[in-house]
Amino acid sequence: MKKSLAVTLLLAGALGTVASAHADPRARFIAANCSYCHGPDGHSRGAVPSLAGLEAKYFVDQMKAFKDGSRPATVMKKHAAGYTEAEYEMMAKYFAAIK
Amino acid sequence: MTINRRDFIKASAGAAGVAAVGNLAGCATYYSGNYAPKVVVVGAGFGGSTFAKYMKAWYPKAQVTVIEPNDHFTSCPFSNTVLAGINTMADIELPYSHISKLVDAWVKDTVTAIDNKKQTVTTAGGKTFAYDRLVLAGGIELLFDKVQGYDAEAQKTVKHAWKASADQTGALRKQLEEMPDGGTFVMSVPKAPYRCPPGPYERASMVASYFKKAKPKSKIIVLDGNPDIASKKGLFLAAWKKHFGYGTDNSMIDYRPNNMPRAVDAKKMMVGTEFDDVKGDVINVVPPMRAAAITGMAGVRTGNDGTWCPVSYQTFESTVVPNIHILGDSALTNFPKSGSVANNTGKMCAYALSEMFNGRPVDPAPVVTNTCYSGTGMGTAFHVATVFRWDGEKKAMVPPKDANGVSGEESELEMAYMESWAANVWADTLALPADYKFTAKG
Repeated sequence: MKKSLAVTLLLAGALGTVASAHADPRARFIAANCSYCHGPDGHSRGAVPSLAGLEAKYFVDQMKAFKDGSRPATVMKKHAAGYTEAEYEMMAKYFAAIK
Repeated sequence: MTINRRDFIKASAGAAGVAAVGNLAGCATYYSGNYAPKVVVVGAGFGGSTFAKYMKAWYPKAQVTVIEPNDHFTSCPFSNTVLAGINTMADIELPYSHISKLVDAWVKDTVTAIDNKKQTVTTAGGKTFAYDRLVLAGGIELLFDKVQGYDAEAQKTVKHAWKASADQTGALRKQLEEMPDGGTFVMSVPKAPYRCPPGPYERASMVASYFKKAKPKSKIIVLDGNPDIASKKGLFLAAWKKHFGYGTDNSMIDYRPNNMPRAVDAKKMMVGTEFDDVKGDVINVVPPMRAAAITGMAGVRTGNDGTWCPVSYQTFESTVVPNIHILGDSALTNFPKSGSVANNTGKMCAYALSEMFNGRPVDPAPVVTNTCYSGTGMGTAFHVATVFRWDGEKKAMVPPKDANGVSGEESELEMAYMESWAANVWADTLALPADYKFTAKG
């Protein structure tokens, strides 16, 4: 009993966000796909930008711009082309809620 | 003392094994969100560690036990930079001390038997673990007996370095350091499918970058079992031409397709193909491979003539044995066998199981991505990226239009992204803290 409480607290610390605990499961899974480049919960180390806390409208606008090529990128055009606009909104809402 | 929840669940557990395989609509009362299933994970690589982390995060009541024989994580991605002398083993060795605290039990041991009827796993240390769900994330098994002469004695001096470790990668680097200028490095590529499609070509590039600097009269012979470069072909050829004289008489790299190694002679330092015996001062033979031995023990390695494990894309559950899930390289899918895919399939499986444990239907149409970087050894890198979506008609994971492709060209910017990707995927997989000091560079 004590151990699983400790584990839960550690997890809350490690993942550091309310968003993870209450988010729509599909939204948090799709957002989790981004972690290997953008860092766990969108907190990035290094040159790839962080997504945590990005303003939702900005996030959606960037994904649209990657998709139509108006924002040049090395890899993001492929990822943006893989999702629908409704999914951009879903991701944007998820990341905006992370501190 | 209240009734132990686990015993109460166990008493009603009869239905679980059978009901879990197909439609869960009738199980809402059983999987009520109070369910505390035993989830045993074998293997703490990119797949197993990521799965364990997200399983606990998304369904904390799951009792997660991880069984892993190594005392720390060694990354195959970036291991070719150790061969190049750009990084050392320490730069690609990472601790399990963080991820191990997030699970209910972390067992340093090796699995020796799996009973898929009793649903138990037994270890070399003599322990037996009962599971409600078993997640096999053991990677690959190298088939040395498919290469004549590649016995235990030969393996002492002929390294594969296809599972990164001091004894493999570190040892191979040492052999390259000790090779005299003007020597020949002979390396091989197994027939697809194999772990890490671009890996061998990145290895050739990395070693070439080292030779160019330190032993410029040396040569690399690549014996490829495939009819052509199996991944990022245009980008590797461009890099070899730009940096290593490929296509000229001075080419450092001698690339030979359709030249699968059939034999190795460790004493004479020769690799035999069906055409000739190729002599080398350092030889690096990667044998054919299949899903990890634990998948054979579990009876789930039935695809492609018993080499890989067929799974459902919705849950990564085996299509032949219930309650066993297979992640990463061991799975038979159309995903490339990359670390990124193992990391994301860990999440797919955790997502599906957390929905099932909550008594909800699994996502019928998953979407999953792969991004894979390769370095040239000359400060530049390039990628392949794909978004896979479930196509209900084709019953397969297919990239939507424009959601699949490679870099236009190698660049230093992409090397910066590659370094960042490495730190982020390691942090994500191993739950490394925000202030963890990464030392690996491109």
